[in-house]
Amino acid sequence: MEHIISVLVENKFGVLARVAGLFSARGYNIESLSVAPTLDPTTSMITIVTAGDDPIIEQIMKQLNKVVEVLKVVDLTETHFLDRETALIKVHTKPEHRDEAIRLADIFRAKIVDSSPNTYTIEITGDIEKVEAMIHMLKPLGIKELIRTGRIAISRETTHTASPRREPALLKT
Amino acid sequence: MKMTGAEIFCESLRREGVKTVFGLPGGVVLKIFDVLCQQKDIDLVLTRHEQGAAHMAEGYAKATGKAGVVLVTSGPGMTNIVTGLADAYMDSVPLVAFTGQVSTDLIGNDAFQEADNVGISRPCTKHNVLVKDVNELAQTIKEAFYIATSGRPGPVLVDIPKDVSIAKAEFKYPDKVNLRGYNPTVNGNKNQVKQAAEEIMKAKKPMIYVGGGAVFADAADEIRELAELTQIPVTMTLMGLGSFPGTHPLSLGMLGMHGGYWTNMGMHHADLLIAVGARFDDRVTGKLSEFCPEARVIHIDIDPTSIKKTFHAHIPIVGDVKAVLRQLNVILRSMDGNPAQIKALRAPWIKQIDEWKKAHPLTYKQDGKIIKPQFVIEKLYELTKHNAIVATDVGQHQMFAAQYFKGSKPRTWLTSGGLGTMGFGFPAAIGAQIAFPDRLVLCITSEGSFQMNLQELVVAAERKLPVKIIVLNNGVHGMVRQWQDLFYEGRYSASILGKMPDFVKLADAYGITGLRALRPSEVEPVLKEGLKHKGPALIDVHTDPYENCYPMIPAGGAHHQMMLEDPPELKLARKGGGRKRKVEEGEGVLPA
Repeated sequence: MEHIISVLVENKFGVLARVAGLFSARGYNIESLSVAPTLDPTTSMITIVTAGDDPIIEQIMKQLNKVVEVLKVVDLTETHFLDRETALIKVHTKPEHRDEAIRLADIFRAKIVDSSPNTYTIEITGDIEKVEAMIHMLKPLGIKELIRTGRIAISRETTHTASPRREPALLKT
Repeated sequence: MKMTGAEIFCESLRREGVKTVFGLPGGVVLKIFDVLCQQKDIDLVLTRHEQGAAHMAEGYAKATGKAGVVLVTSGPGMTNIVTGLADAYMDSVPLVAFTGQVSTDLIGNDAFQEADNVGISRPCTKHNVLVKDVNELAQTIKEAFYIATSGRPGPVLVDIPKDVSIAKAEFKYPDKVNLRGYNPTVNGNKNQVKQAAEEIMKAKKPMIYVGGGAVFADAADEIRELAELTQIPVTMTLMGLGSFPGTHPLSLGMLGMHGGYWTNMGMHHADLLIAVGARFDDRVTGKLSEFCPEARVIHIDIDPTSIKKTFHAHIPIVGDVKAVLRQLNVILRSMDGNPAQIKALRAPWIKQIDEWKKAHPLTYKQDGKIIKPQFVIEKLYELTKHNAIVATDVGQHQMFAAQYFKGSKPRTWLTSGGLGTMGFGFPAAIGAQIAFPDRLVLCITSEGSFQMNLQELVVAAERKLPVKIIVLNNGVHGMVRQWQDLFYEGRYSASILGKMPDFVKLADAYGITGLRALRPSEVEPVLKEGLKHKGPALIDVHTDPYENCYPMIPAGGAHHQMMLEDPPELKLARKGGGRKRKVEEGEGVLPA
């Protein structure tokens, strides 16, 4: 099963290598990875999308926690969460396809952020289903280049929504 | 007062109580070595190879419980200690390795003797740091020692660029560390411990299974109390040997691939397993799906990743083994008022194990012609008993030593368990001897392993370290040969060593006493002579190249499926029938 794991780390060089190396050394899968600083400039947030059965995810959580520079590990899949991804899609646009491209971008609430006589570059943000649906729809037009950010995720506040299955697993406090 | 990086380095070591540094100099660490040689209270041990330095530091650390310290140069100096780091990582040995690095302005330029020390060592260290600013050096060193020795111990590498060792900074050694991402759990969860105690009182066929974590946690007394209080037999992993006296009536010796028949049968039939500082390694468990099929499992370990990594645990307890056992023993003492009752409850189980032991004890046949390796270890044990620190290398001799040398104290058994590093034993023995100059330190090794780091003989010679090296010399990579005989139809691919150095002459070349035993009758007198000798001695004992180590759980086998002796087709081959024998085609080591 797919899991989205947020890993709060010290913002120091080599930390990402240690986290990524842990996955490769133990044969765990990384489906996507994103890293950026948080509000506190001394820390960064790594969002990892991985897959595995429960014992493997448990090991991944424990192994991440074991890294000295890792401050907090949360398996967001255990909670209510929002995830988003952005893709930039450069599509071939023959004259007869230009309208279709604009229409699709409109339907998906995407933006055309660059255009040339033969291409449009479309920016789309959304959850993975939406991004993949957009890619799927654009494929017949001919995708010249595609770049995706990898997923980021955040837990939902629970005050006015249904209560989560359980609190985030804060293994390190 | 401002100090150079090199001076800060030396002063920081002093604050950490470091007495000994194992290392070898080179271009970028010259400044550090220059300052270090002026420190009267820090002994700098010049090894002849950086790998030797790493294993010496491991031996020192395993014998003392303090961090072993290594100092080497960049590039090849660092890459040569990688085996030692990986070994220390697998066996949780507290090590702080300092490596030189090219100047910060040259990093990344493929400068002379540059290597990505931090990158190379990342997968085989608990933590590592490149120090880019001399102002951070003292803090980094303080943290390195703390991380290496606390929690589940392990190696930490600190990479010091040349310009950092020269640059000056105000020296202020921190009193304590504050690592927000690192805070090992000490005490066990009270409810879990209580549950464990209840399980223990209920169990009819319990086993205590002790690993290296108990040695590092200094939990020998607590294990003994637990075992005696509850009358539960104790088995140890290769790394756990010494944490419970091998001669104790409740000791079952080592378990696993070459563990006793009675021990592994006990594991197979146990209804409760109390794992203490052990990690269910494949050499211990054999086939996981058939490991301890009937047992409830209590797993006590300081490292949460060790729990449920390979095997399930019904009652996981994360915490320092010593602290958790103390909690557990307090509860058990309050629960149990009647030792006689406990004894009676366990009696059938102990009796059953005893019957297994009587049916298939450890055994070998010593005739008058060829020396059996087990015989040498038994003699050695008889002659030295519990006073020796024993370092071993890796292979058959290591397993024989584990089976026949019944250590009684923790930190007297130094061996490479996880990584299985041939070449570990001799430098480790030197490290232990340097830590304890007055104690008897034995290096039980083989001709194969010994040749991997014999350059360190000169360290023993120049320091007149009274370490005794016993080379069980059978002219073959014994364990490889054994597997080839059992699983590869006797094709001895690259296991016959053929041309062998004359170890007595070799010892002589280094100015060390060399002795030799060729026949069984010579073993005892030669060992006695060697042990009596004041300085270092090398004892070359020529042993049977065909002796196999039993019992044996073949890789992937289960605990109740042990081989207890050579299978029939191998016996036939031994008698000259069947397959071809090639050992004699080499120069061989058997006496003429």
